[in-house]
Amino acid sequence: MKIHQLSVFVENSPGHLRAPCQALADAGINLMTLSLADTEHYGILRLIIRDWQRAKAVLEAAGFSVNVSEVVAVQVPDRPGGLAEVLRAIEQAAINVEYMYAFAEKRDDKAVLVFRFENADAAVDALRSCKVPLIDDIEL
Amino acid sequence: MPPAGLRDLQSARLREVVRRVYEHVELYRRRMDEQGLTPGDVRGVDEIARLPLTVKSDLRDTYPFGLFASPLRDVVRLHASSGTTGKPIVVAYTQADLNVWTEVMLRTLAGYGLHEGDIVQNSYGYGLFTGGLGIHYGAEALGATVIPTSGGNTDRQIMVLKDFGVSAICCTPSYFLHILDRAEEIGVDVRELPLRAGCFGAEPWTEGMRRRIEQAAGIKAFDVYGLTEIIGPGVGAECPAQDGLHIFEDHFYPEIIDPDSLEPLADGREGELVLTTLSKQAMPMLRYRTRDITAITSEPCSCGRTLRRIRRISHRSDDMFIIRGVNVFPGQIETAILAVEGTLPHYQIVLTRQQDLDQIEVRMEVTAEVLSDRVGAMQDLQHKLARQIEHTIGLRAAVRLVEPHSIQRSEGKAHRVLDQREL
Repeated sequence: MKIHQLSVFVENSPGHLRAPCQALADAGINLMTLSLADTEHYGILRLIIRDWQRAKAVLEAAGFSVNVSEVVAVQVPDRPGGLAEVLRAIEQAAINVEYMYAFAEKRDDKAVLVFRFENADAAVDALRSCKVPLIDDIEL
Repeated sequence: MPPAGLRDLQSARLREVVRRVYEHVELYRRRMDEQGLTPGDVRGVDEIARLPLTVKSDLRDTYPFGLFASPLRDVVRLHASSGTTGKPIVVAYTQADLNVWTEVMLRTLAGYGLHEGDIVQNSYGYGLFTGGLGIHYGAEALGATVIPTSGGNTDRQIMVLKDFGVSAICCTPSYFLHILDRAEEIGVDVRELPLRAGCFGAEPWTEGMRRRIEQAAGIKAFDVYGLTEIIGPGVGAECPAQDGLHIFEDHFYPEIIDPDSLEPLADGREGELVLTTLSKQAMPMLRYRTRDITAITSEPCSCGRTLRRIRRISHRSDDMFIIRGVNVFPGQIETAILAVEGTLPHYQIVLTRQQDLDQIEVRMEVTAEVLSDRVGAMQDLQHKLARQIEHTIGLRAAVRLVEPHSIQRSEGKAHRVLDQREL
């Protein structure tokens, strides 16, 4: 199942990463997980937040440009080979992974990974057919 | 009106204006005295170049009421335009001035083919800015139904456009492009609506923007020219030929000068537009330097109007910068950005010199429309912009993406160029 990810553009200099985080903190919004893609001059901060609509409104009100994209949250057994099995299912469906990162906390004793696929719907179908457990917005 | 008759009218009005400002405005009297000119010396528009030029700083230096030629009790309206530095400039209108303004805006809208029964949505800002009220009165005088939406609240603008059967819209061209983008997002096809004309001005815009607007909205997009110092919108306007803007010469006398030597240039030559108001009472302007670069054409227009035309304003004389020996106008960079992004984000051009070589960097704020969660997509955007700019100005420019609201805003015209070269 797909979940919503917010992305915020941040310049690569001191204080710029804190600003969006502070805006969310001031609104009492907790981050479930995040990742930062960095380049020489800027980064893209990607956030997974339970109430993403409210978080988006808070960030926009604070003056940030916010992108919403759909990503897939996958539960992966916490043992050697757990991730490889999931990736095999993706590979067999010939789906490309744009990037991925992990949730800070485990769920049901499993690691949770966030995948950004070129084609999220196709990936969801492929993973389901291999019985890989997915997490949706509601379960978040 | 035949050209000879117009010239007589212009000359008679000019003599009256010169007499009026000499009697009532200290600045003009002092400048004319310095040149040894008396009001009787300028007998007609053929001799207008003998009069002193007026510049924007004259308005600031005499803030707020120093250039008024009417006592305040005769002034029925004040407008102000925020300057880029310090104090705004203040302009005044008597009732007769407002009537002239109404008339030239009525002519503007009628020239677009609008008439009684049209429904006009006026999305120019109402307030101190001249755009909103200037167009408002002209459209009412035309007999149109005017909806004073003013600027902003794009979703409501689209609702009005759709639900009220609007046939003409007035706003800045970049705002209209924004409206079109938003309409598409929320599933409104503007081409399906009764809208058929747009009155676009208050900023320079290109033929490329016109084509985009006309195709995306299925309307005719017309240019209007004006400036606060002269009267507001309605100094000149396009006709259905869309081939230059007719200046309403019975009220505003246009000249072109060389911005460096200040010498008058003949019709057809490109230079800075200088305007003299011929009928304004409260705040006449003698030979006001607009900083807008254009040329006057006296060739007959296919629409049949005999009023002379100016070419569409593509840039201003104080905007140009020279980099590695090449003249560059911010408008060119704007055109390039627009070609890639579709709408114009806030941007700034930064010039530096590294090891004796001029460098140009274009900083552009990342809007939600172009933001992606993928670094590759952002780098693609950067490359596309750099290529398009190089293609347009012939020089390689670095493109730097910056956070929204990180480029300093000015209250009036944007500070597009930051020159950090130490020469």
